Amino acid sequence: MDDPNAIPATAGNAVPMTMIQALRSALDVSMARDDKVVVFGEDVGYFGGVFRVTEGLQAKYGPSRCFDTPINESGIVGIAVGMGAYGLRPVAEIQFADYFYPGADQIISEAARLRYRSVGDFTAPITIRMPCGGGIYGGQTHSQSPEALFTHVCGLRTVMPSNPVDAKGLLISAIECNDPVIFLEPKRLYNGPFDGHHDRPVVPWSKHPLGRVPEGHYTVPLEKAAVFRPGKAVTVITYGTMVWVSACAAEETGIDAEVIDLRSLWPLDLEAIVASVRRTGRCVIVHEATRTSGFGAELTALVQEHCFHWLEAPIERVTGWDTPYPHAQEWDYFPGPARVGAALKRAMEA
Amino acid sequence: MSRTSNALDLHVPAPHARPGDKPDFSGWSFPEPGETPKPELDASAAELRDFAYGLIRVLDFDGNAIGPWAPSIAPEALRRGLKYMLLTRAFDDRMYRAQRQGKTSFYMQSFGEEAISVAQALALNSDDMCFPSYRQQGVLIARDYPIFDMMCQIYSNARDPMRGRQLPVMYSSKKDGFFTVSGNLATQVPQAVGWAMASAIAGDTKIASGWIGDGSTAESDFHTALTFAHVYRAPVILNVVNNQWAISSFQAIAGGESTTFAARGVGCGIASLRVDGNDFLAVYAASRWAAERARGNLGPTLIEWVSYRAGAHSTSDDPSKYRPADDWQRFPLGDPIVRLKAHLIGLGEWSEAQHEQARQELEAEVAAAQKEAESHGTLLDGHIPSPATMFDDVFERMPWHLRLQRQQLGV
Ligand SMILES: Cc1ncc(C[n+]2csc(CCOP(=O)(O)OP(=O)(O)O)c2C)c(N)n1
Ligand SMILES: [Mg+2]
Repeated sequence: MDDPNAIPATAGNAVPMTMIQALRSALDVSMARDDKVVVFGEDVGYFGGVFRVTEGLQAKYGPSRCFDTPINESGIVGIAVGMGAYGLRPVAEIQFADYFYPGADQIISEAARLRYRSVGDFTAPITIRMPCGGGIYGGQTHSQSPEALFTHVCGLRTVMPSNPVDAKGLLISAIECNDPVIFLEPKRLYNGPFDGHHDRPVVPWSKHPLGRVPEGHYTVPLEKAAVFRPGKAVTVITYGTMVWVSACAAEETGIDAEVIDLRSLWPLDLEAIVASVRRTGRCVIVHEATRTSGFGAELTALVQEHCFHWLEAPIERVTGWDTPYPHAQEWDYFPGPARVGAALKRAMEA
Repeated sequence: MSRTSNALDLHVPAPHARPGDKPDFSGWSFPEPGETPKPELDASAAELRDFAYGLIRVLDFDGNAIGPWAPSIAPEALRRGLKYMLLTRAFDDRMYRAQRQGKTSFYMQSFGEEAISVAQALALNSDDMCFPSYRQQGVLIARDYPIFDMMCQIYSNARDPMRGRQLPVMYSSKKDGFFTVSGNLATQVPQAVGWAMASAIAGDTKIASGWIGDGSTAESDFHTALTFAHVYRAPVILNVVNNQWAISSFQAIAGGESTTFAARGVGCGIASLRVDGNDFLAVYAASRWAAERARGNLGPTLIEWVSYRAGAHSTSDDPSKYRPADDWQRFPLGDPIVRLKAHLIGLGEWSEAQHEQARQELEAEVAAAQKEAESHGTLLDGHIPSPATMFDDVFERMPWHLRLQRQQLGV
């Protein structure tokens, strides 16, 4: 296939799905195709998860394929590693990304390094799903974007979709991948695209082409970015919710920005980034996570290393502030279209 | 995967009743009120083993206080306890509805569990330090923390002591012995042990009280806390509020199917009691026993309080999706307020009329506080603390990068 984003006809009819439904469909399709796929986490079984991603899966596949776990994230990841060692393909849910920390040792020291330390004797073909990001008044323990903590770990793949079509295809890829994959779900996108204008009515996914999701099996490749919005003036490198916010900023400023949706944060699609920045000569990097040592720092370094001679302006970073995510001041924290738009202008004026 | 006749089978616990089923507590059996002896304060953890599997009860359902655990407590103190429970319930009810009206983002009630935090707060000294979970608002209320301040926190308004930073109910008050509530489960339990160790290191007389839910006992931090508490004989009470549910999962998913949560302490060599958490007198007496033990350098006590989460987990949750609707009505240990009321009436120290009057007065007090709090704004009307304050307290002194970021925000 020439177009890496093309979805084959075998994927079936496209029907309207929210991101939640698309993720559920990915799990359903994967569980139906491969009885080695098992799904578990806190409130994931009977109830179907606090965001309802796993709703109906226990009823359909039985409690030994989809079940509730005790509240212990190190246990959730630890049993996933053990199951993976046996030969299953576990898909573990961490209820909020903010709660992965008790499981950090199992992720960093174990899952990520199993292949390396056993010279491929043991692997961790596991997927760890977790909702991330703010925008729901969740306060500091329901809003974090910890992607940089994962991209820093050798041996982990980190993925973050921005829409239902990608969410399903990427989740199936993650499940079928033999490496451990951290699958971050921007919860503010669960029910509709979100451009950062929190004071406007929510647009449902059913109103958007990326909310039309094939019912069957298909994959969206890992390590492949997508050009979300083609443009000539400046390259915006981003992922997750900020894809929508960045595209909105481009519309509102009238700046012809090319918005690249990374989709896979690490390993990433360097070629796509380099080709675009060399073409536009300008680069703005946008993420919701805090700034210092954020993933934007790595992206900045990569662009500098590979595009220095093509750059016509300093690389801009738009991020969350270096504070815990506040509850009431959420929209002052969130890097909305105004902040992205200002950075686009700076990049153009430099 | 193909299965043979000797195939292994995964056990996943399931509750007796789900939505549409009749609530079923038929398997539940308890010792009678008064049946459990009261051990000496210096009894060894080994001698106390059975207490982790039984249930200490004082009040029967006619309001009589029976047996060795019946505390000597003045009727005036009991009336205070009853009023604090009524106030907590009225407060919860109002704030739950305020969230439903969109005035804030989130709320968590302690409906049905009021006796545990209120009676323990009254059994402790006011300078003993509590490390609560998010469901111990009763401790703050019983320590006379202003409900106005609690409401301002819930509304994230101009008078919010937490300056809008924290999710509703994540209170903090050092002067009231109430450690800042964390959204991350179980972290507070080792911290309570550390605080208690510090009190011992310093030669102080204060003790600590750590709180955790049944579901959260599965977290490693809980087990870590038990080990440290035992090793250093920390002067701490470790409370497990077993309200049977952890959001949608029932207590067997937390590991309560073939054992008790109190029994976690037995393996760690900790004095461990299991107590009727809806029995105000039993809560008070067991808390006193554990506190005296801690103060006597006799070490930590783990207490499992058996209760029931009468309401939803939080305003983000719909329990009708995972449990029968009228579960709580059939819970065999009843309503803590009704039970203490019956006791006081039986003593001739209270009446239905007084109860009704107290309830109305407390509801009026809550309504007045709510009005006052709302006059300083709510999350809905956007009267929130200035975004400039968002950059404070990340460090003791603000480094250059935060000053720069505050400038960039233009506040
Ligand atoms: C480390 C961590 N994991 C998961 C959560 C999400 N969570 C919040 S409350 C809760 C259930 C806790 O149940 P329990 O300990 O029984 O306390 P209760 O709510 O019944 O008082 C869960 C899973 C969290 N806050 N922190
Ligand atoms: Mg509970």
